[in-house]
Amino acid sequence: MPPAEHFALPPNWDWWILGYFFFGGLAGGSYAIGTLLRLVGTAADQRAARTAFITSFLALLPCPIFLIADLGQPLRFINMLFDASNGGFAFKPWSPMSLGSWALLGFGLFSFVSFVGAVAESGWHAADPIARIFRGTVGAVWNIIGTALGLFVCAYTGVLLAVSNQPVWSDGWPLGGLFLASSLTGAAALLLLLLRRRRDVDAGTAVRLELADRNFAILEALLLVVFLVTVGLAGTIGKMAGVWLLLWLVVILGLAAPFAFSRLDGARRWAPVTAPLLALLSVLALRALVIFSAQS
Amino acid sequence: MGFFTDTSICIGCKACEVACKEWNELEGNKPELLLDSFDNTGQLDAQNWRHVEFIEQIPDNNGVVMTPTPIAGGQAWLMMSDVCKHCQNASCLEVCPTNAIVRTEFDSVLIQQDVCNGCRDCISACPYGVIGFNEKTGTAHKCTLCYDRLQNGMQPACAKACPTESIKFGYLDDLQVAADKRLAALQTAGYKKAQLYGRDATVYGGLNAFFLLMDKPEVYKLPNAQNATLPSRNNFAGYAGGFVTAVVGLVAGVLAFRSQRMNEKSDATR
Repeated sequence: MPPAEHFALPPNWDWWILGYFFFGGLAGGSYAIGTLLRLVGTAADQRAARTAFITSFLALLPCPIFLIADLGQPLRFINMLFDASNGGFAFKPWSPMSLGSWALLGFGLFSFVSFVGAVAESGWHAADPIARIFRGTVGAVWNIIGTALGLFVCAYTGVLLAVSNQPVWSDGWPLGGLFLASSLTGAAALLLLLLRRRRDVDAGTAVRLELADRNFAILEALLLVVFLVTVGLAGTIGKMAGVWLLLWLVVILGLAAPFAFSRLDGARRWAPVTAPLLALLSVLALRALVIFSAQS
Repeated sequence: MGFFTDTSICIGCKACEVACKEWNELEGNKPELLLDSFDNTGQLDAQNWRHVEFIEQIPDNNGVVMTPTPIAGGQAWLMMSDVCKHCQNASCLEVCPTNAIVRTEFDSVLIQQDVCNGCRDCISACPYGVIGFNEKTGTAHKCTLCYDRLQNGMQPACAKACPTESIKFGYLDDLQVAADKRLAALQTAGYKKAQLYGRDATVYGGLNAFFLLMDKPEVYKLPNAQNATLPSRNNFAGYAGGFVTAVVGLVAGVLAFRSQRMNEKSDATR
């Protein structure tokens, strides 16, 4: 296969977009883990599930701000949803940015309601009807739909990059899956970090989360290899070399951390903080690597 | 309607660049020496909607052609006035989330300045590096095919100004006939590498601004037919990959949470 040729100019998607990809991924990933804990976890996992839903919404809050700040005409952010020239909705399913805008709006609604439910369940208004609703079938259905939207938000950011004519991005169709797996890894790490000091959280929950984190890291590592193969076949892998090797190191360290820290005796003492922190840095580094190297 | 740019008779005078800037009131470039032949414009962007490329294929002192290949066995200095191609299948129009990019009644591709919100997805998608972001307006800009002039029965400023008629404007059918004749004449004269780019549907469904080139498209920084692909080619694979990953990820999560729960149950029964 001859190398791909790219003559496109970079869109200069920089720090705001990196911030959005990072926090959006954590929001979607946290919501999915919250749903898993709620639906297949034990009764002792429910506290962690509530933390996951609260974390999801808090991580989502800066996302629209980042996206709007990145626009050249921030006040026209509404044009993403409403067609300013023809009237009606601006909905183009074949444009990831259009689809993503709607998905973000929908996920925002689901995340917000789940956040309210989690807060209500947390004891402020334990007898509140809202809390009861969220513990029942309606809550389960709500969580499942919210998870689908949340995971879509995690993945479409990668598809958005792939659906372009930029080097690296358009050569790597697995970016959507890679970003999704990375979001799950990061969210599991974030929850481990947040639950570390909470005495009311069951120790078994942390063990289960650590195992899930390792499973997600394996999935991410596999997709990273597939991504590199596709970019390598296109002949643009060189764009991700050179100074970017430092970020590669962070990505690899973060992926290895959940495994290494659980096996090395000397490192076990540092594991509860260091492994999740490295994993989170890895999530950020992966996105920075993909975003910036292609545009350099 | 569209352009036929015959690069074999371009003399690199940049009258097209000047006419474009003047009519469209585009900002002047800051004087800069790019040390790239006679090119001080650099590239198409928000303030340069026409750009004359200078491609030197001149033998060095030993008579060896350094880049890339000579035409008709001799030496060459290729010039091409580059512009938005107003593609039939336009990448920018495909990805634009706000419908700010539209196809006009003249079949050109236009960015509506009052709708564009400066997301820059079109810049990411355009395979020709045509669209630029204007920091002052906060929007994306490119050639409009002189939409305002067309509405008033005039031809685009660049075509009007071109002294050698390298840039021809008119109905596509007429331009294609003229291009075919010119290509045949050049090939008869020994210019075997002469070729039409964007004349037919092999490149983005056909270009409304197509070219007669004197060498391969890549020499002019134009993707060849094999590389002229729409961004949407990655839609299905991207989403399918995301969906499969989501399913595998959720299964991996369920396994993690269920397996530990099973362990706890078995520990409790012992």
